[in-house]
Amino acid sequence: MANPHHDDTAPAMRDDAAAPARSETFQNPGLPPHVPRRADGDPKAAKRAEIQVVVLFTLSALASIAFVVAYFVIDPDLKGYLLGIGEINLFHLAIGVTMGVSLLGIGLGAIHWAKTLMPDEEVVEQRHPQVSGDDDREAVAQTLSHGWRSSQLNRRSALLGSAGGALGLFALPIVLPVIAGLGPRPQGLYTTNWAEGTLLRIDPSGAAIRAGDVTQGSVFHVMPDGWVGHEAVEEHGAEEAMIAKAKDQVILVRLDPSLIKSQKQREWGYEGIVAYSKVCTHVGCPVALYEQQTHHLLCPCHQSTFDMTDDCNVIFGPAKRALPQLPITVDGDGYIVAAGPFREPVGPSFWERERPGLMGVE
Amino acid sequence: MTTHVPQGAGHLRTDETPPERPASQTDQSSPDAKFPGALVWADERVGAAKGLRFALKKVFPDHWSFLLGEIAMYSMIIALITGTFLTLWYVPSMGHVVYDGDYVPLKGVGMSEAYASTLDISFEVKGGLLIRQLHHWSALFFIVGIALHAARVFFTGAFRKPREINWLIGVVLSLLAIIEGFAGYSLPDDLLSGTGIRAMNGFMMSAPVIGTWMTFFVFGGEFPGEAIIPRLYIAHVLLIPAILVGLFVLHLALVVVHKHTQYPGPGRTNDNVVGFPIMPVYAAKAGGFFFVVFGITALVSALVQINGVWVYGPYDPTQVTAGSQPDFYMWFSDGALRLLPGWLEFTLFGTVWSFNIFLGSLVLLPLVWVVLGAYPFLEAWVTGDKREHHILQRPRNAPTRTAIGAAAISMYLVLALACVNDILAIKLGLSINDLTILFRTMFFVLPVLVFVVTKRLCLSLQRHDRERVLHGNETGRIVRTPEGRFFEAHEPLDEFERWALVDYDTPTPLGLTQGPDVDSRGVARRRGPLAGAQAAVSSFFYKDAVTAVTPAELAAAHHHGEHDALESPSIPQLGAPVNDSTGDDDFSEGHGSAVQAPTHHR
Repeated sequence: MANPHHDDTAPAMRDDAAAPARSETFQNPGLPPHVPRRADGDPKAAKRAEIQVVVLFTLSALASIAFVVAYFVIDPDLKGYLLGIGEINLFHLAIGVTMGVSLLGIGLGAIHWAKTLMPDEEVVEQRHPQVSGDDDREAVAQTLSHGWRSSQLNRRSALLGSAGGALGLFALPIVLPVIAGLGPRPQGLYTTNWAEGTLLRIDPSGAAIRAGDVTQGSVFHVMPDGWVGHEAVEEHGAEEAMIAKAKDQVILVRLDPSLIKSQKQREWGYEGIVAYSKVCTHVGCPVALYEQQTHHLLCPCHQSTFDMTDDCNVIFGPAKRALPQLPITVDGDGYIVAAGPFREPVGPSFWERERPGLMGVE
Repeated sequence: MTTHVPQGAGHLRTDETPPERPASQTDQSSPDAKFPGALVWADERVGAAKGLRFALKKVFPDHWSFLLGEIAMYSMIIALITGTFLTLWYVPSMGHVVYDGDYVPLKGVGMSEAYASTLDISFEVKGGLLIRQLHHWSALFFIVGIALHAARVFFTGAFRKPREINWLIGVVLSLLAIIEGFAGYSLPDDLLSGTGIRAMNGFMMSAPVIGTWMTFFVFGGEFPGEAIIPRLYIAHVLLIPAILVGLFVLHLALVVVHKHTQYPGPGRTNDNVVGFPIMPVYAAKAGGFFFVVFGITALVSALVQINGVWVYGPYDPTQVTAGSQPDFYMWFSDGALRLLPGWLEFTLFGTVWSFNIFLGSLVLLPLVWVVLGAYPFLEAWVTGDKREHHILQRPRNAPTRTAIGAAAISMYLVLALACVNDILAIKLGLSINDLTILFRTMFFVLPVLVFVVTKRLCLSLQRHDRERVLHGNETGRIVRTPEGRFFEAHEPLDEFERWALVDYDTPTPLGLTQGPDVDSRGVARRRGPLAGAQAAVSSFFYKDAVTAVTPAELAAAHHHGEHDALESPSIPQLGAPVNDSTGDDDFSEGHGSAVQAPTHHR
């Protein structure tokens, strides 16, 4: 203690002061006395509260009726302008707001009623420990033991073993067909519809591309011949057409050949025109954003960034691998065609990617 | 003249026994109340009166934070109601159709039946758009409610014995809720939802060994196939809701079994529950709150448009929009995918290990929920506490837990914000690369900072509570003594207010030397291999605990003050007018309040 005087005068008084609180902890003082609300003592206030509740309930009823009226009267296509929100469908607005008011009227009315007029004195309920009594446990132990012994499991262990085995296996006939029937074994992950000589067509117009028409800085979204637009759906069916879109999509760009850093990239291209898979090597979104100034390709999903001048290697973001390049050349008529298929699987990584043998693919 | 003694406190001072409740307030039943005739029939068959007698008298404590779980519960019910409506029109098929509906910009566009029917719900079914909006908003409120409720339960220690099982059920419920949400927002098959499924396909593929098999089985073949939407649909409308509702009923049943927890306060003990009975107060309040939640959801659905599926058109694997974000509850996982650097993918013996992908998705999701589920057992192990707990802890009174929770939330927020890094970069005019690097750093740095700061804050708040208990509240009255000293008079807490501040205990760290080294028969005590770790973690949790004020400490503080009073005899007169209106009984306490200040104002 900082003040030396304390010890001189303290002892007698300290004992005195500590006397009423000998125990280690404070005693729970019990529930505080009830503080009456205004409506408890003042009939006027109670009446006012009652009116407020009635108004809220009435408002709800009116809003419900207004909902029905709005539903039949307002044109569902009616548009209007609402301050702070902008253009809005007025039918949607009207039925939504009336529904909200109808519900809020009931809710707020009930709560206001409870808070002003219903008793606000808390009541006490006793708790009991969760644990059961010893006699309960004893009785359960007896019953279990009786069951175990009377079914002779204590003497005939073969029963237990065989029953366990049967129960363990019975689910198989039910589960196996479900699981095994869910899908085919993995296939098609190493192939696309690109092959040597496949014409590159602009999606969705379907036009073939002359090398001369590809100006510097232009960018095309390309699909293989036969897989473009409605015709693809009619010819191959919607499912095949969608799968093709998910795998075969290619981005075609013309770069200044002097900017290209990779010899392989130059060779697989044609006079600075290069084609790359548009499927992100991260989780497969289309790598759709091409920055013309920096020649970066950005995937909008997770921002993996690929450098087009450097064989589409990853320069930022969560992807690991470069986008696969599609080798291209020009056919006799001057149109750009694939010089061959992709040399590696396109799209997201998967476990067997480098070892097709694990999937039974040669 | 103002009196600072709370109402009724004086009454308790003169009379030790708690006041009797006025009968008029609590018991208003009429003496000739009759069992309703309509219930007789049911009672004779299923004994309804026994159940009702039990149920109608259940007591629920009142606190705003107990409403958070109710928000989740009611939002789930709203989602169930509106979802049932939607199934009447939605077609869970990826079959190809050419759109010929009311929405002109998409006329003639090829799309799936799922997307076409979602457009029909939005444009042709009268009021269908409102139901769709209600469904989406209530699903979001459901998950917000779950998150806030879980935080409340965590930070108040409500998960402690005997409620560990209910915590686990809640943890499973929260996981199911976000899977349900993901499955649901994938159904419209518009460009945004299809992009979400594309990412799901990608991260399932990344799983070592089973990735491709799992993906082909779930998608029924190569991406996108035509199976995923019907399968997500049956999961969304039947499988997950069935489990969700079943577990939710169990969750509530256990609340009834355990009775609700309550905050520390006068009259509240570990052996009782103080609150309002179901009939009528709680029924009116909770029932009314359902309508409030529903009403607010309706207003939000009317005024704030969410998921306008017509904006970007049908899903096309070759297209994507900038600013593609999932619903907020998946942000943390998608954010993790954005932050994990590419070098985490490598090839081992010719097999590809994409840690950059599955760490943020297939590992992160289960990991978060395993850690959540394990926490109560970790804390029980650290405290060695086997008692039942029904009184909640104020977060400050469990500083290490509160700090762990806050640190975990900060980690979560970093991941979640990382998911909107592109939006943030545009809005704030920052480089997305810098932002990503910042988030990567913050993921490791921020939780440590938050932990330290939160823990210090809690300890400071605890010390502040001690100050208040020992020396009373500041009154704002500056008193000048005849010698010219100034001090601020303090007002002692009444015993009700004080109780809420002292009703907690702090475990002492489990030492290695805990208990006798040899038992009564002289056999050396066996120590498990983890005893050292247990002691270390226990010490980490509780070594700097601030304990509650004891009566002896309070008496000493009072005495301390009185001593100063003796030194400056004029003070009681200065302090007296404030307190003396309450009568002689309070005079001695008036001393304490007025005079303790000189040595304690800082």
